[in-house]
Parts: sequence; C-alpha cells; structure tokens
Amino acid sequence: MKPEVFEPKIVAFCCHYCAYSSADLAGSMRIQYPPNVRIIRTPCTGRLETEYFMKAFENGADGVLVAGCLEGGCHFVEGNLCAKRRVNYTKDLLEEIGMEKERLRMVNVSAAMARPLADIIIDMVETVRKLGPSPIKLNGSSKQEGRQ
Amino acid sequence: MIVAQRKTIPDLLEIVKNHKKILVLGCGTCVTVCLAGGQREVSIIASALRMAAKLKGLPLEVEELTIERQCDNVFIEQAAEAIERNDAVLSLGCGAGVQAIAERYTSKAVYAGLDTAFIGILEERGVWAEKCAACGVCVLHQYGGICPVTRCAKHMLNGPCGSSREDRCEVNPARQCAWQLIYKRLKEIGQLDRLKEIKPPKNWSLGQDGGYRTIVREDHRI
Repeated sequence: MKPEVFEPKIVAFCCHYCAYSSADLAGSMRIQYPPNVRIIRTPCTGRLETEYFMKAFENGADGVLVAGCLEGGCHFVEGNLCAKRRVNYTKDLLEEIGMEKERLRMVNVSAAMARPLADIIIDMVETVRKLGPSPIKLNGSSKQEGRQ
Repeated sequence: MIVAQRKTIPDLLEIVKNHKKILVLGCGTCVTVCLAGGQREVSIIASALRMAAKLKGLPLEVEELTIERQCDNVFIEQAAEAIERNDAVLSLGCGAGVQAIAERYTSKAVYAGLDTAFIGILEERGVWAEKCAACGVCVLHQYGGICPVTRCAKHMLNGPCGSSREDRCEVNPARQCAWQLIYKRLKEIGQLDRLKEIKPPKNWSLGQDGGYRTIVREDHRI
C-alpha cells in the first residue's frame, strides 16, 4: 500500500493589485500550482492584522502565506511594509506559542510574476509538508467563545 | 496615558494553567491606545493562549471581552456575567484596572496579563516614552514644561549635572539630556531667569515612598 502523503492546507492572503492578479495570470497562462492553497483576496496586505494570521492557525491552517506587491510598488504606498512588520511580529508570537515560524511567510510579487508566484507556492507547500500537520490541529479542534 | 506591554505567552500560560475556563478581559482606554490590552490584543492573546494550551495538552477554554474602562465600577458591571461564568480573569488592563476587577469580584481569581510600565505619550509610531512620574507635586511650570523628575536620569531639580555629552545623557546616550531641553525651551519662551533660582529640596513624601496615595474631595462625597 502506498504511504499517505500529507497534503497541507495553506491560507494565502493575496493583495488585489499584485499577488491576486498574478495568481489570476497564472491561471490564464495555464501555469500549475498545488491546490493546497486557499486564496483569500484582500484589498491590500496592509489590511491584514496579526489576529487574521492567528485565527487562520487557530482554525487549523498548516501554513499561512501573505503575498503583497513588490516593496515600493504598493498601490497604497506602504501597506505591504505594514504587513511585513505584522508578519514578523506574528512569527515571534508563534515561536512563543511553540509553533514553527516557518509556517508563516510573506512574499512580494508583481501582477506580472505568475511563474515566480507558482514557484513560491510550490516551495511553501513543500516547506509545510516537511514540517508536518499543524500541531494545533493534531491536538483537537479549535473552539471560540463569546467574542464581543 | 498609562503605557503597558503584554507579558510573554509562556508567562501568561503559567499564570492561568490551573484554570479550565478563563476570561481575557480587555480595557478600551489607555491600554487600547498603547496597543497592549484593547479588543484587538484580547483577540490575539486569547488565540495565542488557546493554541499554546493545546500544544501543552492543557484543557483551557478562553472567552474574550473588552469593556470601555476597567478602573471604573460603572463599566466593570458590563463584565459581570462573563466573569461569573469563568473560573478566572486574565485582565489586560493596567494595574489599576486589574485591582478594580479583583476588588469587585472577590471570589474570582484575577490576574494581570500586562506589565504596566509608566505614564507617557506616543512619541512616534510604535514608540512610547515616559513623561510623568506622578510624583505628587508638579514642577513643570518651573522648567518650561519639561519634567526633570521623569526625564533627567538623576532627577535633578538644579541641573544640569555636568556629565552630559553634547545634548545626550551620560546614563544613556540614546536619550536626550533633559536639562539641555529645559534650557532650550526656557530660552525660547524668554524665561531663562528661572534657572537662576535655586530650587529647595522637593517634598518627596507626596510621592510613592509613603505607601499608596489618596485624594479626597469633600465637595463630591455623599
């Protein structure tokens, strides 16, 4: 019997102006990337807060990819730089919790970088596959209560 | 405002590890502004605690709530039900907020989730600096609005000390010499003559050294 390969679930937050467009372009160009990513379109990666990444992990994501515009090329001037700082903060937080910070990654792509984005996704999937399933998922489902 | 910062997640987990159901209680006032204990931080810390507990195999349920002000009984009431249905409260208020909750709900364990640091202001994005030591007798009018008690490392009222380099403090060159700032400011507002006055020793008994302080306003008492 063939051993079962772990297929990670990766949440990819993609900004509307660059990363999401390049994922769209990858589709138009028939460039394949693993179906492990669940793409969530955001107006700008600067819209993303630490709690978004935390909720993704808490609800069972094995990895989180944040894809914004190239540095200096953000449609909202510095949204991707804000996201970079928040991603770094969240990585530290993950380490405090006892999770591998490699499960969270921020990348910068332009709207024309379909092939590089596909390669980034492939690399991210392989990285998370090596790390294994999220330890949060392994220790039972998450439960949120009474949030105001 | 009162400036605080969160304790580390391992520290927080150690504090609450003997409880099964906790309420992470945020405060919508100072600690929200200094990004330490507002609604967003409550959400982040609660998520982090749930995940950290799961990794350690601890059965921990975490509820989240943020009220407008933890240091005021009127607002504390809004947390009554949530506090009632949990075993303990991890307060993300300042030290005053934590104690106000603990005094009001005597049968519940109430813990501090933040380290309250100082009274200060936002100097630039992401940087807070201490501006007031709450020493009991304000002397700011004599020093052009720059507090030597807080901002001079030696708390000198008759400065400068003579060891500052350029405009930097000898204790920490990253800081500006408070007395340099006082001189500049007094010169700017035409009050340099204030520096000629020798200031008598300050009444420190009104500061923190004599235990906690109270202020009584008879005209407001019932």
